[in-house]
Amino acid sequence: MKNYDILVEHLAPKKFGKRGRIWVIFLVVVIVLGLIAYIDQIRQGQIVTNMRDYALWGIYISNFVFFVATSFVGSVTVAILRLTNNSWRTPLVRIAEIITFASIVMAGLTIMIDMGRPDRLLNLFIHARLQSPITWDVIIIPTTIALSFLLLYFPLLPDLGILKKYYEKTKPKFSKWYGKLSLNWTGSERQKSIQEKSIKIIAILIIPVSIILQTIDAWLFSTTYRIGWDSTNMGAYFISGAFVAGLGALVTMVYIIRRVRGLDHYITDYHFDKLGKFLGLACLTYLYFNINEYLIPIFTAPVEEDIHLNSLVFGEWAPLFWFSQIVGLVLPLVILLFKKGRRPGPMFIVGLMVVLGSWWKRYIIVIPTLLHPFLPIEGVPESWHHYFPSAHEWIITFATLAMALLIITLCVRYLPVIPIQRTADEKNMTTNKKTTES
Amino acid sequence: MMEDSKNSRRKFLDKGLKIGFASAIGGLGLSQLSEKLGASNKANDGEKIELMTTDGSLIQVDASEVIEIEHSEDHDTKYNVREGFPNRKFVMVIDLAKCKNALKCVVACNKHHYVTGENAWLKVHKMQESKDTAPYWMPRTCMHCDQPACVTVCPVDATFKRRDGLVLIDNERCIGCRFCMAACPYSIRVFNWSEPEQGEMSEITLNMVDSCHDNPSIEYAGVPSRKGTPDKCDFCPHKIHENELPHCVTACPNGVFYFGDKYEDTVTNGEETLRLSKLLKDKAGYRLLEELGTSPSVYYLPPVNRLVEFDKGLENYKEFESVDKPYTFENPE
Repeated sequence: MKNYDILVEHLAPKKFGKRGRIWVIFLVVVIVLGLIAYIDQIRQGQIVTNMRDYALWGIYISNFVFFVATSFVGSVTVAILRLTNNSWRTPLVRIAEIITFASIVMAGLTIMIDMGRPDRLLNLFIHARLQSPITWDVIIIPTTIALSFLLLYFPLLPDLGILKKYYEKTKPKFSKWYGKLSLNWTGSERQKSIQEKSIKIIAILIIPVSIILQTIDAWLFSTTYRIGWDSTNMGAYFISGAFVAGLGALVTMVYIIRRVRGLDHYITDYHFDKLGKFLGLACLTYLYFNINEYLIPIFTAPVEEDIHLNSLVFGEWAPLFWFSQIVGLVLPLVILLFKKGRRPGPMFIVGLMVVLGSWWKRYIIVIPTLLHPFLPIEGVPESWHHYFPSAHEWIITFATLAMALLIITLCVRYLPVIPIQRTADEKNMTTNKKTTES
Repeated sequence: MMEDSKNSRRKFLDKGLKIGFASAIGGLGLSQLSEKLGASNKANDGEKIELMTTDGSLIQVDASEVIEIEHSEDHDTKYNVREGFPNRKFVMVIDLAKCKNALKCVVACNKHHYVTGENAWLKVHKMQESKDTAPYWMPRTCMHCDQPACVTVCPVDATFKRRDGLVLIDNERCIGCRFCMAACPYSIRVFNWSEPEQGEMSEITLNMVDSCHDNPSIEYAGVPSRKGTPDKCDFCPHKIHENELPHCVTACPNGVFYFGDKYEDTVTNGEETLRLSKLLKDKAGYRLLEELGTSPSVYYLPPVNRLVEFDKGLENYKEFESVDKPYTFENPE
């Protein structure tokens, strides 16, 4: 039982240190700045952005697509690894669930920032038309938010029960809250069987729901007459891209949380190795769809598509295009092929590369297409022929990223980032041998 | 005892059946007879009325069968902005051979729709398909497609297609997602990125007060413009409503624009009225990006046998010119 106490001591939430407090203050400052910028955008209209009649969507939409993509990680790691009985997932699932929840909430918020008339948000329900892909999004995003919340919450119940006991003497206030949140978890057989069943259902549900989410996200683009979007490849391309982006975000977060919380004993090289192989598989899949998307059309590209592809590969967009392809995809794949590349340090770099590459990749998917319409761009100011986000757009975008990070940070602060009960069960520390679900 | 009862039952059944048959036959006969009598009655009336069917042939109908009905006002005369004008299908023909880039259409359109800044609905493009082909001037309006991509993707039914073929925007409902703009392959939609500066617009405001409509702005198809919503060429339903031609058609000094009704098979540019089908046949009319399947309501006639050199139009050509802002007290120039 002594080991068990040490385990709880290790994995129970810790107060922020000085660094933690500075980090949170920094995030809050960025969010406040973003809020000010957004209020100004509402007041003046989207004239404060650099979006115009041709580049009619910009960084908000690409950021939205990025958030949707990273939210895929919960489904991949938790649900798929669970169904395939991969037990190495244990210390990673909670972090994945937190990332999923934070991302999908921010995706929902980001898409609203892009609306010209956010005051008419309710029209989406009052006058909803089912054939519009936006209505599909209106249905699937709240569904995913609810489901990813449950996927985070249900496996937490036993841990919250443990924390209630743990804080009983030191912090009675905390203990009370954890007790309430744990829904009076006692660990009885009946509770366990209900919890197990619920988690099973959610884990199976989340797979189709997040696949639908990614696909609808792709269909937002592929249902238009646009070069570069009007592609049958889009759905699968987005799913595989989300696979990469989500795992990249997970690797990065796992490394940082492990460092900050000192969890080297729980998240070991073994886990990073496994995660690295998994990310390698994701990159390989994504590479395949990238070849389908960019290389194969060269053979039959009509004039307009030729212009589009040329500007991506050799032209105006080449630096960003090759950055996202090489730094965000090929290089990580090569590094991950080596065992040394799958150790924590290199993996962190790979994770960062993948996340950055994925973020710019969304930008490359959304914006160049809009600037290559069928009919030539004419009769508009010269500056409308190009697009680069304005200060307002950057600040608001960073604020959304900061909000996602703040949600993650607060979850790390107040929740056990590694499932305590399950870890204990796996290490045979409890008297009750029956394993709990996560 | 047993035999007796059996007998009586048999008799009863026998009689019952016979009576049943007799009444059935009698009934049939009677009904037939009465029908014949009725028919001969009608034939004796004999008065006929001549009527013309919708396809123009004359028919004779018994006077007794003609019933007067009250004219359905709702269906025929009342103008509903979302439904449009009944039994019409508006089309436009743009004769590229005549266009000299005079830009009078643009000026008129801007003026009458109170367009300012960068939001011109009508633009004249300098077009050249390839190096070896001749350049030409191409006025570009909304195509008012029969299969409008913008309408399909609109999540709130803010952009809609009417029965008379017009595709319009309800900018009091639009949420500003710009999906319609992304979906339009002709890129004709413009967006009000900031509060539109449209001046006073007394004509339209007056009309709105007259019409006493709950939601008057759609009556004028997206005029006045609203911040955070798109605008586009509306085929001037306010002019059609008054039996007049759209502003670009009447403003053009070269008769480039023809406007009309496909069901009537006629189009006019104000000077000459032509058979649409014959015009398209004779001059090889085509539609823009036909291969996409949007089936536009705007037809183009190829730029052949031009009277004026293309270069003449270059005098007026500017890469871009912002439309003058209206004079207001806040913004004196």
